[in-house]
Amino acid sequence: MMRRLLLALCLVAAIPAVVSAQTLRIALREDADLLDPTLARTYVGRIVFAGLCDKLFDLNEKLEIVPQLATGYEWADPVTLIIHLRSGVKFHDGEVLDAAAVKYTFERGLTFPGSFRRSEIASVDHVEVVDPATVKIVLKSPTSPLLAQLTDRAGMILPPKATEAAGKDFSRAPVCSGPFRFVERVAQDRVVLDRFADYWDAKDIHFDRVIYQPMPDSAVLLANLRTGAIDLAERVLPSDIAQVKSDPRLRIVTSPALGFESITFNVGNGDRALRPLGQNKLLRQAFEAAIDRQALVNVVFNGMFTPTAQAVSAASPFYIESIPPPGRDLAKAKALVKASGAPLPIAVEMTVPNTPDRAQEAEVIQAMVKEAGFDVKLNLVEFAASLQVVTRGDFEAYLSGWSGRADPDGNMFGFLTTGYAQNDGHYSNPAVDKALTDARHGVDLASRRDDYEAALRVLRDDLPVIYLFNPVNIVGMSAKLTGFRAVPDGMIRLQGLAEN
Amino acid sequence: MQGHLGTRIAQIIPTLLLVSVLVFCLQQLMPGDPAMVLAGEERGDPQVLAQIRAELWLDRPLPVQYLHWIGNVARGDLGYSWRIRQPVSTLIATKLPVTLQLGAMAFAFAVLIGVPAGIVAAVQRNRFWDYVANAVGLAGLSTPTFWLGIMMILLVSVDLGWLPPSGYVPLTEDWRQSLATTIMPAFVLGNAIAAILMRHTRAAMLTALDQDYVRTARAKGLRESGVVLRHALRNALIPVVTLGALELGTLLSGAVLTEQVFSIPGFGKMIVDAVFNRDYPVVQGVVLVTAFLYVVLNLLADILYVVINPRLRGS
Repeated sequence: MMRRLLLALCLVAAIPAVVSAQTLRIALREDADLLDPTLARTYVGRIVFAGLCDKLFDLNEKLEIVPQLATGYEWADPVTLIIHLRSGVKFHDGEVLDAAAVKYTFERGLTFPGSFRRSEIASVDHVEVVDPATVKIVLKSPTSPLLAQLTDRAGMILPPKATEAAGKDFSRAPVCSGPFRFVERVAQDRVVLDRFADYWDAKDIHFDRVIYQPMPDSAVLLANLRTGAIDLAERVLPSDIAQVKSDPRLRIVTSPALGFESITFNVGNGDRALRPLGQNKLLRQAFEAAIDRQALVNVVFNGMFTPTAQAVSAASPFYIESIPPPGRDLAKAKALVKASGAPLPIAVEMTVPNTPDRAQEAEVIQAMVKEAGFDVKLNLVEFAASLQVVTRGDFEAYLSGWSGRADPDGNMFGFLTTGYAQNDGHYSNPAVDKALTDARHGVDLASRRDDYEAALRVLRDDLPVIYLFNPVNIVGMSAKLTGFRAVPDGMIRLQGLAEN
Repeated sequence: MQGHLGTRIAQIIPTLLLVSVLVFCLQQLMPGDPAMVLAGEERGDPQVLAQIRAELWLDRPLPVQYLHWIGNVARGDLGYSWRIRQPVSTLIATKLPVTLQLGAMAFAFAVLIGVPAGIVAAVQRNRFWDYVANAVGLAGLSTPTFWLGIMMILLVSVDLGWLPPSGYVPLTEDWRQSLATTIMPAFVLGNAIAAILMRHTRAAMLTALDQDYVRTARAKGLRESGVVLRHALRNALIPVVTLGALELGTLLSGAVLTEQVFSIPGFGKMIVDAVFNRDYPVVQGVVLVTAFLYVVLNLLADILYVVINPRLRGS
């Protein structure tokens, strides 16, 4: 009797362990926005989609484009992309994924009101169904970055019937073809997904349920990780790494991120561009020479991030090794200031989104450039307000970051080409415009790399933007988790992830 | 008294209308364009911005936007969240019970700690327990909610492993887990109010204990506990109830911080996220409902005065 009782007690005690082994809890730094690949905008939203929606292509650890829902592709000519689809793939509602669904998804991306994919696939002229497993994408002009776009939300294929029926409300109960299907969402609390039994790659899925929980506060996130209330946390702060590492139940995995941190100067957007730094590139060069990138990274980010002078990370095949980040050269900075003829001190207002790390970063830069004669006044504003400030040109310098894209086009074209969307400083140089446009339309890696190098050489002299460093994706997780793939895009891929 | 209450009830609608105009106008003063926030990384594309503005009526004149919104509100439609496309009424219906539970527990903590501590401090004036209560009260008042929350998480959850560090489980789902997730935030939230209640109860009790009727009661030979609890406390409670009602507002605003620290998906967290994301319909809906709650709670406090103090019944 006693033995049975003990056995029963042991079984009861074992239940929570089994339950936790089947559920994976992931902490996100913010709450996701709309769970509709056509309308979604946020980085964290993409992390949830990694569990919910498969894409035509994916990225691997080396940033190579590999097939996911596709099995392969070929360029019939520079404007015709043929994609071969995986057979036997089903959506969560049982609908079969075929070429018609791919055509429908592209057309929705191009025409749906409020679509955020339109600019990403704007080069697509039309899509033809060749047969159920083959689709032909015809472009308006050769566009190399398209394939990289299809490794993200633009490449997430949607089921035509369910999507059409849901219309604008698709995000309330999204249906896709990923390893997990949507169960519920409680705003600001959790998104729950359950394992999709008919997933084409079911053998690689080892959890029954995934729960994504937003945890903006780093101390709370760390406490949850240490108590085992969550299994995995994205974007752990560099300052918290030591604590995670000191706990034998936890581990840290890092990978170079695709994004960058930069200072954008207003060189042509309204009256504020008429200030000394906007008008004189010697002063911008002096400003850069006075910054010690490595010291900045050491002080603010525990030395975790990588100093750079480029818009792509060192992991990218488009990184130009012959253009390393320059070290601090105060003598050069002073000489440049003198050569510019500008009276000292040179007053500069730097607009900074008021997050704690950015504010600290700005203060370090402020102190560094002061020695070269720059009197930097920091204008700390809330992020949403800063967007409006810079778009309307009410800034001289703007310290900000970009999450980054797999193809350098996504990190450079819109920011530096004349008249384009994210070119807040209204920089304009025909040589850069030509090089970036050629790179966009180029078809082979070597020629595109040459184009980016040509653009970068001009940018190094003009300095409309000072690239400071590339961040690192820092993921904290339970030491029991295995199979995590550290891909530079920072997404949490659930395929292969298991608990020992 | 009934006339007074009738007037107070009649004031609710104009008050709410005023609040609705104020919140609508004030959020226009907030820097940052909601279309730009919603456009995210597409914010530089004028086409995308124009499309968002047209869809959300942001391209119409302000009075038209207001009338459109308030007209819908009058029909019971608070609109939908621009960010996650869920109806604001659904969001409020799911978040309000969370904050109400947290608030009720925090208030219970505050009353259960603050009032008895105030009584003890007054009765033991200038003696050991008075000093202890004052020191604890001062510490409670001067401890920032945010700091106390993080410290409690580190101590109770990380080091001792007694309670979950954050999150929320509804009462209806699992009441034990629900209490486990809310007890720590409720304590943190109630802490500052307990300190205020303690100090006010002490002051009010000291005044009451000096009154003639207390001396008379003692002279009649009543037991000290009866004098303190039945005679002094009952009169001392009136200003305390007023303060308690006012502190309910503090509770709602305090919930903003506490919910952030403990990742509790309540009203406070919702409004902070909505403000940062310029999700105007959510901000408007939450402020309107909060104002309504505030007005109703104050009305309840008015009624409570009458219950406590019979002299007010005739007035």
